[in-house]
Amino acid sequence: MGNLDLAQLQQLWWLLVSVVGALFIFLTFVQGGQGLLLTLTRDEDEKTLIINSLGKKWELTFTTLVLFGGAFFAAFPLFYATSFGGAYWVWMLILFTFVLQAVSYEYRRKPSNLLGARVYEYFLFINGTVGILLIGIAVGTFFTGSNFSLNAYNSVTWHNPGRGVEAAFSLFNLSFGLFLVFLARVLGALYLNNNIDYPPLVAKTSAAAFKNLLYALPFLLYVLVRLLFMKGYAVDPQSGTVFLQRGKYLANLLALPVNGLGFLLIGLVLVVLGVALTYFKGSRKGIWPAGLGTVLVVLAVFAIAGYNNTAFYPSRVDLQSSLTLATASSSHYTLTAMSYIALAIPVVLAYVAYVWRLLDARKLGAADLTTGDEKY
Amino acid sequence: MLEQLDVSQLSWARGQFALTAMYHWIFVPLTLGLSFLLAFFETLYVKTGNEQWKRITKFWMTLFGINFAIGVATGIIMEFEFGTNWSNYSWMVGDIFGAPLAAEGIFAFFLETTFFAVMFFGWNRVSKGFHLLSTWLVAIGSNLSALWILVANGWMQHPVGMQFNPDRARFEMESFWQVLLSPVAVSHFVHTTSSAFLLSALFVVTVSCWYLLKGRHVALAKKSLAVAATFGLISSAFVAFTGDESAYTAARVQPMKLAAMEGLWDGEVNADLVAVGIVNPGKKPGDDMDAFQFEIKLPYLLSLLANRELGSFVPGINDLVYGNAEQGIDGAGDRIARGKQAISLLATYKQARDEGDAVTAEAVLQQFNQVRDDIGYGYLSRPEDIVPPVPLVFYSFHVMVALGTLFPLLFGAILFFLYKDNLSQQKWFLRLGVLSVFLGYLASQAGWIVAEVGRQPWAIQGLLPVGVARSNLTTTTVQMTFFMFLIIFTTLLIAEVRIMTRQIQNGPEGE
Repeated sequence: MGNLDLAQLQQLWWLLVSVVGALFIFLTFVQGGQGLLLTLTRDEDEKTLIINSLGKKWELTFTTLVLFGGAFFAAFPLFYATSFGGAYWVWMLILFTFVLQAVSYEYRRKPSNLLGARVYEYFLFINGTVGILLIGIAVGTFFTGSNFSLNAYNSVTWHNPGRGVEAAFSLFNLSFGLFLVFLARVLGALYLNNNIDYPPLVAKTSAAAFKNLLYALPFLLYVLVRLLFMKGYAVDPQSGTVFLQRGKYLANLLALPVNGLGFLLIGLVLVVLGVALTYFKGSRKGIWPAGLGTVLVVLAVFAIAGYNNTAFYPSRVDLQSSLTLATASSSHYTLTAMSYIALAIPVVLAYVAYVWRLLDARKLGAADLTTGDEKY
Repeated sequence: MLEQLDVSQLSWARGQFALTAMYHWIFVPLTLGLSFLLAFFETLYVKTGNEQWKRITKFWMTLFGINFAIGVATGIIMEFEFGTNWSNYSWMVGDIFGAPLAAEGIFAFFLETTFFAVMFFGWNRVSKGFHLLSTWLVAIGSNLSALWILVANGWMQHPVGMQFNPDRARFEMESFWQVLLSPVAVSHFVHTTSSAFLLSALFVVTVSCWYLLKGRHVALAKKSLAVAATFGLISSAFVAFTGDESAYTAARVQPMKLAAMEGLWDGEVNADLVAVGIVNPGKKPGDDMDAFQFEIKLPYLLSLLANRELGSFVPGINDLVYGNAEQGIDGAGDRIARGKQAISLLATYKQARDEGDAVTAEAVLQQFNQVRDDIGYGYLSRPEDIVPPVPLVFYSFHVMVALGTLFPLLFGAILFFLYKDNLSQQKWFLRLGVLSVFLGYLASQAGWIVAEVGRQPWAIQGLLPVGVARSNLTTTTVQMTFFMFLIIFTTLLIAEVRIMTRQIQNGPEGE
């Protein structure tokens, strides 16, 4: 690791950021479950089961989001400074929805909770829909660009009073956001299907996974078709000059046959497979192929946004202000030091997986409604 | 770097950060300390097999969970606010500051989060031993997360292990170990975490004393008090020791902060320590006004505190602003002049480099390197700009120290009365015990005011003023988010206090 040059470290850290981002999107099954909470449940018992099932996992998603932010800050601080300081409102609104989520599980059923259980359920719903939609819109700008410029000292000026909200008026960004919302619901339904042993909910989650996959498809198709034909933000590797190139992301897919085109196609197939096994075959393990598929799809999205001489955070106002892996990254020393720190990631993944298995060895069922451990 | 300084936006941005940080710090100390108390209680349960300890553990765990949720909610804002409101800061120091933050995520947050789920949901799902291990890992994870963020904060108080890179116009890390093991960072971490332990011990004292006053859950209250008061007493010793260490290091690396803490305007040999005082609010650098309307001084003690040497010189605010040739102290005016020269040379260097004029670029760079350490001063207008708000820092410091002296006496008295088995009869003392957590909060928040307001105008001590660190936002935008945070956090705080109060009224399950 100490022998890697700066460009290799930048590529490595883009991969690590992508992995954290991909795991985060997989873990948004929590948000997807929250989105289903109000429509899928018939009575308080079903609601309690869903909340308790998601309640064991919500902090994992939350923490992964925090790590995603921290990893970007450490590895690509110019992106952190430009996007957060520039697209201020988008990020603030996303954060607000996560603030609301963080208290809702714990406070919802506690006596004297000031707002009443229903309001906390709405908070969860808002986080599960608006939060994910906005995250999708923000990620969409990796391809459609944003309205900023940087001066000689890399200080950002945002050229739209919407401060990032204007990104929601792009059909591509909006479609990407809606795709993520429905994908999260697919994953949420599959997770609940796997985690809860309560017959009425098993049938409903299976149907919900199928329905939400159907809802997601048109948005996915629109995003994919546009992605293949839109102009992309290419970088000249010699001069570092950024220029618009038609079909750039299609070129990236083909130039990255494994982690671009391969991951995208295999990932999508696995997501569909996960839903199909659940809906048509009555399998209870659809979350695993669908989860792996989601991780692969997101890795592919990040790969074509950042690799193959591409500006991963393009500026529509001033092309040369666009951020690339080379211009946005930390120094060689810092990326090396952090790479040693990142060696701990497999250990973290291992104990997270171990605890997951341990806690989920017995599924939630009717018995847990009356007895059991600390209940939300 | 910003061309224009919008003072109003800067004030609101600082206000927003102060608001969110102070709210966050209501909940974090309880998480840091209660997590260890839970581990102690549960260890006693596993060791003795006494079900009463399990009930005690579960009772405090319920309160811990309520507090933890809102701590997490207020914490996420803190991380992202560095980017949203301090984007120049994020770029200029992200190469150094970002690394501890990422390490925090990898090493600490996942440990805390993963085993938190076991702690709450695992009583009947995992073995007794694994559950105990999980509770300990939550405590270790929580405090490990405090380590990394306080290392980052300690670095802002005393930037070490880095170099300014003129090509990228930012500071870059040169030694991760220097950043991690900086004496300021270490004492900052120990002082902050031990004060959090102390505060959480006071929380247990408040609730338990209330139970004893009401004559309810007496056994739980006494057992909890015995553990919490012991923990609090030991923590108090660490707080005092590291507090002294912090003042000593401040004298070395943040002399202006120390001068403001003590209201010392003119440096002195054999400097006296002001034990109690009322500062003259209109006092300005360089004027002849008395520093205090009233004060009680302890002779020579400030010299001893600052330098561990009687007869030593402690610089005052005026020495640092206007210089003191006799003591070899440069005034801020000289440093501002050098800083402005550094900014100008940096611009010339960048221009020459962009134009491909390597000879000029190299020559200018050498000149720049002579004055680069003062580049941050170049963004200040007047020497007086380096003075923080003295009354606020002075009072905060003295309130913190006075209360910090009271708490060990309180813990000692609790242990004494428990030993004598007559605590329930000390009604006046129990009432003081009920109040104690509020005094703890006052001391704790005052401590952060000393640390953060005391280093104004610097975001990074001596290198980056807050005016340059901020994002390019309008005042209205920041005002809007300020009030959004104020409303949402206040609402959630009210909800939290109501839920917590109700749970305390209900007492442990099964009693």
